[in-house]
Amino acid sequence: MSATMEPTSDLLGARGPLDQDWRKVINYGLLTALVLMFISLANMPVGLDSRKIIEPLLSMGYISLLWVPAALGYAVTSEKVLEGMVAHKKGARELVAGLIVGLIGGGGLGLLIVLIDNFDLRDPLVNWSPQLLALLTFDEGIGYGVGFWLMAGAALGLFGGAAHVVSATVRKVVAAAILWILAFSVFETVISDISEGIQLEWLADELYYVRGGLSQQGAVGVAVVGILFALFGREHVREAKQSFQSLEGEKRTRANAIMLGSCVVATIVLPMVLGRITNELLANVGLFVLLALGLNIVVGLAGILDLGYVAFFAVGGYTTAILTSSNRGESWPDWMPHTHWFVALIVVVVFAALSGLFIGAPVIRMRGDYLAIVTLGFGEIIRLLFLSDWLGGFTGGAQGVTNIPGVDLGFVEVKGTDPRAIFYLVAVFCAFAIYVSWRLEKSRIGRAWMAIREDESVAEAMGINTVNAKLLAFVVGAVLAAFSGAIFAAKVGSVFPTSFIILVSIVILVVVIVGGMGNIYGVIAGAAVLIGVLGGPKQPGLLAEFSEFKLLIYGALLIWMMLKRPEGLVPNVRRSRELHQEEFLQDAWLKGHVDTDDQDELGDEGGVAPA
Amino acid sequence: MTTAMRHKAAQKTGVDQFLTFLRVVLSFFIITGLVMFVLQQINPDNPIAARINPDATGLTADQFEGLVISGLSQGAMYGLIALGYSMVYGVLGFINFAHGEVFMVGAMTGMIVSNKLDEAGAWESNFLLSLLFIIVVAIVCSTATAVIMERVAYRPLRGAPRLIPLITSIGVSFLIQNISVVLLGPGAKSYPTLPDWLADKRSILFFEIEGTKIMVLVVAAISMAGLWFLVERTKTGKAMRAVAEDKEIASLMGIDVNKTIVTTFAVGGAMAGVAGILWGILFRSVIHTTGFLPGIKAFSAAVVGGIGNLGGAMAGGLSLGSAESLAPLMVLEPWGIGGVSQLKDAVAFLVLIFVLLVRPTGLFGERLSSEDRA
Repeated sequence: MSATMEPTSDLLGARGPLDQDWRKVINYGLLTALVLMFISLANMPVGLDSRKIIEPLLSMGYISLLWVPAALGYAVTSEKVLEGMVAHKKGARELVAGLIVGLIGGGGLGLLIVLIDNFDLRDPLVNWSPQLLALLTFDEGIGYGVGFWLMAGAALGLFGGAAHVVSATVRKVVAAAILWILAFSVFETVISDISEGIQLEWLADELYYVRGGLSQQGAVGVAVVGILFALFGREHVREAKQSFQSLEGEKRTRANAIMLGSCVVATIVLPMVLGRITNELLANVGLFVLLALGLNIVVGLAGILDLGYVAFFAVGGYTTAILTSSNRGESWPDWMPHTHWFVALIVVVVFAALSGLFIGAPVIRMRGDYLAIVTLGFGEIIRLLFLSDWLGGFTGGAQGVTNIPGVDLGFVEVKGTDPRAIFYLVAVFCAFAIYVSWRLEKSRIGRAWMAIREDESVAEAMGINTVNAKLLAFVVGAVLAAFSGAIFAAKVGSVFPTSFIILVSIVILVVVIVGGMGNIYGVIAGAAVLIGVLGGPKQPGLLAEFSEFKLLIYGALLIWMMLKRPEGLVPNVRRSRELHQEEFLQDAWLKGHVDTDDQDELGDEGGVAPA
Repeated sequence: MTTAMRHKAAQKTGVDQFLTFLRVVLSFFIITGLVMFVLQQINPDNPIAARINPDATGLTADQFEGLVISGLSQGAMYGLIALGYSMVYGVLGFINFAHGEVFMVGAMTGMIVSNKLDEAGAWESNFLLSLLFIIVVAIVCSTATAVIMERVAYRPLRGAPRLIPLITSIGVSFLIQNISVVLLGPGAKSYPTLPDWLADKRSILFFEIEGTKIMVLVVAAISMAGLWFLVERTKTGKAMRAVAEDKEIASLMGIDVNKTIVTTFAVGGAMAGVAGILWGILFRSVIHTTGFLPGIKAFSAAVVGGIGNLGGAMAGGLSLGSAESLAPLMVLEPWGIGGVSQLKDAVAFLVLIFVLLVRPTGLFGERLSSEDRA
């Protein structure tokens, strides 16, 4: 919405290189400097240095610094072009702005180098270390380091600014090369696993250096393939997608069936070619997909912000644990049987539904934000109860419940030591959850939820029983989370109160929001990207080196998404319309489609006066 | 249609009945617990008390006094944090979830500065002046955090659907916690030892109170008086109250709404900064998650006292603090619940739930504009 037009003499042509919004440029420069200093002091360059991208040229550590001047050098001159506005021509102005931003940023890093060399602030700032200094100066002395970062900052800022100026093709080629190299580096484990699984070890050996990181010839190869794809392949993909979307009736159904079939086949075949670690990762992603699908019903569809969602995960985990484990708390009477996992699952469903009702009923009438805090309170209470000595005889207290057997299927026992089997089990439940979410979304109750989300009083006036609908959302969400808890218990073989901290709720919330509230594909994509790549609250992801920083990244991501793209990466169409109603109205108004009575709907922020 | 409506009515009363049931059960639980506690105090051998929990030992007068005082001093701290929640909720109508982190920033700053002062020797030799200094520094840092937070995260979201700023504030809270982890390290860090003369017990009226707790109560009282003066007696305060009542009308009256909202965040941040130092004095240890539980409890305190009501926030803090320190022994133990001290945090949440069930507008009534009352 920052689309204010700057008062310039020539609105449409290229502006002179010094015709800058100086204040903005300086601010962005200082921001760059600040971010660079923060990242350095947060230990990212040192902590991530062991993760190589291209051996021996580039590591994640340096990437964590390099992207900043480029991104902000690009952002400083990007403008949002709304309907009814004409974009400026780009030229030297953008380059100069980017250069200055980068220069100031590099200067900030130079300043940090000088400061580290001269002062010792190691007492509060734990990463104020010689290692950081060595990394930033390349062991070549202070002058070299300062000079390097000034130059590098300027160059990267210029690079960012240049992205505005160069032709679309060049931009596409460069972006493709960078993205492909990064992607191949991030998915290194998966790709070498797959190539090993399909007898193509030589490919992985060619691509990757022995101890991790792309080899130089591998990087060049990947970049070339990426560029070729961007130039020639992408069009074909887009055409195929369009022709798929334009299919109708019988053909569409058949195409959908084929897509679904190939997804199923991929889910079955992929784990077979993957190794242990990658399968473990997939199983974790699956558990979180299940949780996120449940929360998606509560938050995404019904619009109830449940922060104590982990409580239901805990109920599922503990119920399974207590019913199946041979080492449960000693206060249980002897006659209580040790059941099979599937029998326990039935009890889990009942208990989860009851706890959904019990937690849901008191909070259902509260306003949205009170509800959030109270559910958070319930989540904490349940954890504290499991932890307490009072119920320790039943739940094991801080020692938790151990010796939980796997799921005995007759021909095979699914347990944590076999992540592939766990993944298949999770996948079955995910498929069930996806089916349930999909059917519910299209059903009467799904439409009722969406109506409640958009406006509760209107929904009530339309004859929807809001209390029942909201309770049902709670119960469905609870049951899905409890499934995940039951599988989690069988997978890990033990449950402890520390597995069910509030952090889990928040991480699931981030997954749902980043993926796209209310959209099943979005939620799955969110879980795969966040949990798979960065890792869950306690589970490592593909970028295991990031574990120190993942929560920081989650927090930043949550804020950024809320500010810039509240509908998520893969948005739900209806939800995104709700959130951007003002902009839609504004565009429509500028086009002249809305009569002027609706002007007050535009809100005070959208006040771009028509020229 | 009629059957559907009847069905609906029946369902509604179903939930209502359940709520009434919950209210009754909770009230019964609390009152009976209290009665049994009193019976036990009168005579530990009397048949009713002995039957329910024969192990309960009851409290001596000294223990009781100690619990009340520690409850009140923690409650004063909660009250100071609660002011920030209450004011922001009054003005913007959303829960600033990250306010607990503003408090944590205050406690962290105090830790860093007081350790530096301790190294320089000033902490021992000139304690009161050092204390004043760390309070000022903590206020500055907390205020800056709160103001930056408002500028970066909340201002662009004015007028967004209600839950959006709340979710953003969860992100802010998460971010600040983890910034603290990556910059200052994940471990718990401690304040320097307090001088001996401070820790000594002194008798005031009927109470024997530790010096630290007197200090906490005094600092809290001074801050509260300052805030009361600011809000009720100055022009800035008048503007804040006007904006809380109705933003549009206030801006028509020539009040700069943006500036007033920033002031609100700043004042709330300052109070949280003071509370951070009080935390440091009381517990002498701070970690990145320090802000989370006190933050939630302070919000509960704000709700207990009636959100938007500043006196209520302070009173809510004091009552929540005392409830949290007394209820485990006075309500839970007579029921035969073991290991009650572990359930302290659960008690705070139960108080919140109970108040919202029984009297959602808080003990002293909420003061919100009509649009936020929803």
